[in-house]
Amino acid sequence: MSEELRDGLVAEVQAGEVRAIAEAMAIVDDLRRDGFLRRQRLAAELATGTPSHHSIIGLTGPPGAGKSTLAGALIRAWVDAGSGVGMVAVDPTSQRSGGALLGDRARLRFGPKEPVFMRSLATRHRLGGLAPATHELASVLRAAYPRTLVETVGVGQSEVAVEHVCDSVVLVIQPGSGDALQFMKAGILEIPDLFVVHKADLGAPATRTRNDLESILALGPGPGADPDWKTPVLSVSAQTGDGLGDLVEALDEHRRYLIDSGQGERRRSRSRIARVLDSFQSTYGSHGLELLGGRDAAIARAREIDGTDLDVFAELAALSGLASGGR
Amino acid sequence: MADRPWIMRTYSGHSTARESNALYREGLARGQTGLSIAFDLPTQCGYDSDHPLARGEVGKVGVPIDSIEDMELLLEGIPLDEMNTSMTINAPAAWLLALYVAVAERQGVDRASLRGTTQNDVVKEYLSRGTWIFPPEASLRLTTDIIEFTVQEIPKWNPINICSYHLQEAGATPVQEVAYTLSTAIAVLDAIDVPDDVLPRVVGRIAFFCNSGIRFIEEMCKMRVFGRLWDRITRERYGVDDPKLRRFRYGVQVNSLGLTAEQPENNIPRIVLESLGVLLSRDARARALQLPAWNEALGLPQPWDQQWSLRIQQILAHETDLLEYPDLFEGSVVIEEKVRELEQAAWAEIERIEGAGGAIAAVRQGSMKRAMVESNRARLRAIEDGQQVVVGVNRYEAGESSPLVAHGTVVTPTQAAEQEQVDSLQSRRQQRDAAAVDGALAELREALQSGANVMSPSIRCAHAGVTTGEWTDALRECLGEYRPPTGLDVSQGGGPTGPTAEQLRRRVDEVSHDLGRRLKLLVGKPGLDGHSNGAELLALAARDAGLEVVYAGIRQTPQELIAAAIQEGVHLVGLSVLSGSHMTLVPTVVDGLDVPVVVGGIIPEADAADLRQHGVAAVYTPRDHDLSRIVGEMIEIAAKGRARV
Repeated sequence: MSEELRDGLVAEVQAGEVRAIAEAMAIVDDLRRDGFLRRQRLAAELATGTPSHHSIIGLTGPPGAGKSTLAGALIRAWVDAGSGVGMVAVDPTSQRSGGALLGDRARLRFGPKEPVFMRSLATRHRLGGLAPATHELASVLRAAYPRTLVETVGVGQSEVAVEHVCDSVVLVIQPGSGDALQFMKAGILEIPDLFVVHKADLGAPATRTRNDLESILALGPGPGADPDWKTPVLSVSAQTGDGLGDLVEALDEHRRYLIDSGQGERRRSRSRIARVLDSFQSTYGSHGLELLGGRDAAIARAREIDGTDLDVFAELAALSGLASGGR
Repeated sequence: MADRPWIMRTYSGHSTARESNALYREGLARGQTGLSIAFDLPTQCGYDSDHPLARGEVGKVGVPIDSIEDMELLLEGIPLDEMNTSMTINAPAAWLLALYVAVAERQGVDRASLRGTTQNDVVKEYLSRGTWIFPPEASLRLTTDIIEFTVQEIPKWNPINICSYHLQEAGATPVQEVAYTLSTAIAVLDAIDVPDDVLPRVVGRIAFFCNSGIRFIEEMCKMRVFGRLWDRITRERYGVDDPKLRRFRYGVQVNSLGLTAEQPENNIPRIVLESLGVLLSRDARARALQLPAWNEALGLPQPWDQQWSLRIQQILAHETDLLEYPDLFEGSVVIEEKVRELEQAAWAEIERIEGAGGAIAAVRQGSMKRAMVESNRARLRAIEDGQQVVVGVNRYEAGESSPLVAHGTVVTPTQAAEQEQVDSLQSRRQQRDAAAVDGALAELREALQSGANVMSPSIRCAHAGVTTGEWTDALRECLGEYRPPTGLDVSQGGGPTGPTAEQLRRRVDEVSHDLGRRLKLLVGKPGLDGHSNGAELLALAARDAGLEVVYAGIRQTPQELIAAAIQEGVHLVGLSVLSGSHMTLVPTVVDGLDVPVVVGGIIPEADAADLRQHGVAAVYTPRDHDLSRIVGEMIEIAAKGRARV
């Protein structure tokens, strides 16, 4: 396989050319060893060329909360406002067969000429409600479009990984489900930057759930939260469209906050290190981490390394003396 | 006293209104006693013939009706006050009925003398047939509008034909058929808003459209169960005292699912036996019958093929002594036991559905759909492993080749017919009184928004020359459009098991390893045909073999499918087309992609050869019932990639 990148590929991706985006995705979503350098080069070039206001937004929450419907409504709102949108929709892989049914496409319909690029992805046995290549694929879309949505499987406890892929995380819950408390127990309430109580058209139960959430949040921000961002709780109904404008606005506000406060860049670099350590650990085990002096020491070392996920990974692998290059 | 013969119909219509009119007149001359109008898919889905989604579908599975001029041509020379007309129309049923009434008025026929049936059962469209347009609640409103209108204005009309037919075609068991159908009837009657003294008359106009399979003893018992449970429901739930109004009135099209492309002449005895299932028992006899043609699995039947099916009906009614006896099975212990067994199981299922919120909720949640996909998988597996015998298919396959097939059986409406229809529609739009059209549509919108009955404004629209697409667009605007749950969220368990499945999975792992990521397939249905069961079964089988399957759903333009395949980065595309429009739609998809494409559908061999010539990697027809084999071949096709021509 060639290690060369096709001339003009990156520029075409940035211009939102659909076939080029698909080509770039095929490069990053490929586990064969011999494409390593090409993947690395593409990731680096895309990263440097992407405007920092382009953002990745995670939609997470339990099954049945209406994430797909909400995603459809959000994309419609962005497209109508003149923005192109990328989407990565993650569905679970069947444990038994290794196959998966990816059904979001039948639910979300956009015309072939509209600037919407949607890629369905299976978890491929990775925990965390996300698939292994989610970040790489979302990054290709982020290079092309101002907004990229990542919709997770929604399996509760393991939703933490979404934080390491997205700039803004929206937790969607449905009224009357008791999910708010469940999520608080699971430590997930600390992750979201925005809460959406969906299906607000249900009336009283929606209001109650919203009140519950607000009283939990009034206890103060969690340990990992941004100190200056007050996490809003929004009531939205994708069915009637009520509250959708507020959500769009709140997401814009969070994006501005990330840029103005510098938190955005800090988060991206923290996330990158967390992602790299995760894949380092899944490749070399906790033994590998110990060779680097433990997780905290590994994080400190990783902070000093410039470059893409893959650069950091390769450098850590070399430092540990276990291997160099490759994933 | 001898029973009266049932109404004999032939489900037909194609190309244009003029050609279909000729077909109907021939049928009536040959002894048909009622009409059964097949509409094309654009009409059924509420699109004009020149809409982008209509391309390739105009006049294919039925007649295109764009406006009142088409309806007039279709019914020319047919006295509507003497005719009994069945219209297979659902989401836009109010519109086609409005056109029918308007044509009758132009013929000088009084509304009140019209007789016939509008199918008008949208629930089964969500479950199996796929020509839904509006969300379930809005559809129910249209259904009840028609019922409330006809009970007052066209008292001999059957405003709804609640269908068990399509549930059986989708794989439902007899118990599921009875339970889902009667649950639908309950949902409809519960939604009706008429004075208490009118309700019994409404109940008396509810009719049913059933199916009859090859297990004809059980089918007869099923029809008796329908009769008993309907009697019970109408009495207990709706307080109908008059036993005549509680009668389970039904028409039948016998089973097409069991007709085979192999040794197709065997379908004739199948059709006869299936007819007996709904004719033998006088207490549960069909009111109207239409039979498929022996060669339906091969392509669109010709008039001679349909005549043969009509002759079966005439022989049964007029040559045999079938109609001379009272009910033959009264007092039969064996039949009574079977009936009771089915009755109890069906009643339990009806109560379960009711407990979970009724038929509309079951549609929303996808639970009925999932249950039927499962039943169908079980049925196909039984055929695959030989537990269910199908003569000529999995037993006694060898035999003489049929001289009947040799004479050529397939007619395909021409592309020229579509162009003719489009041209005529466009010139009509030019010539009509635009102000009258706008006024009629404004009145329709007002009724939609205020909740008034849509029938009268729709009849005014019909007279004004409003088109099918315009009428439906007004409703889409005011009532919204439906987004379906697929039957695909079937949980784990079920898929192929045993050595074949293991082999397939190992092979998928190997191929995926070579490709650098897991093998990914796009399954979609171009065009307007909504029969998604084949596509869904294939998607499930591929998933169980270890592929990642993107299901794009139904009603896709070729451009949408091309975009989907590119965005999803699939290695292979599987298209399913059952409407006969494959030659228009498939090559466009193939040309737009550089990954291999396979096609499944009712595709005659000559077309299949053309498609392969055009770069289609494989063509599957109803003969190919072994899903594991198909998936196995598709894996190899994906591994090889698209052959460069």
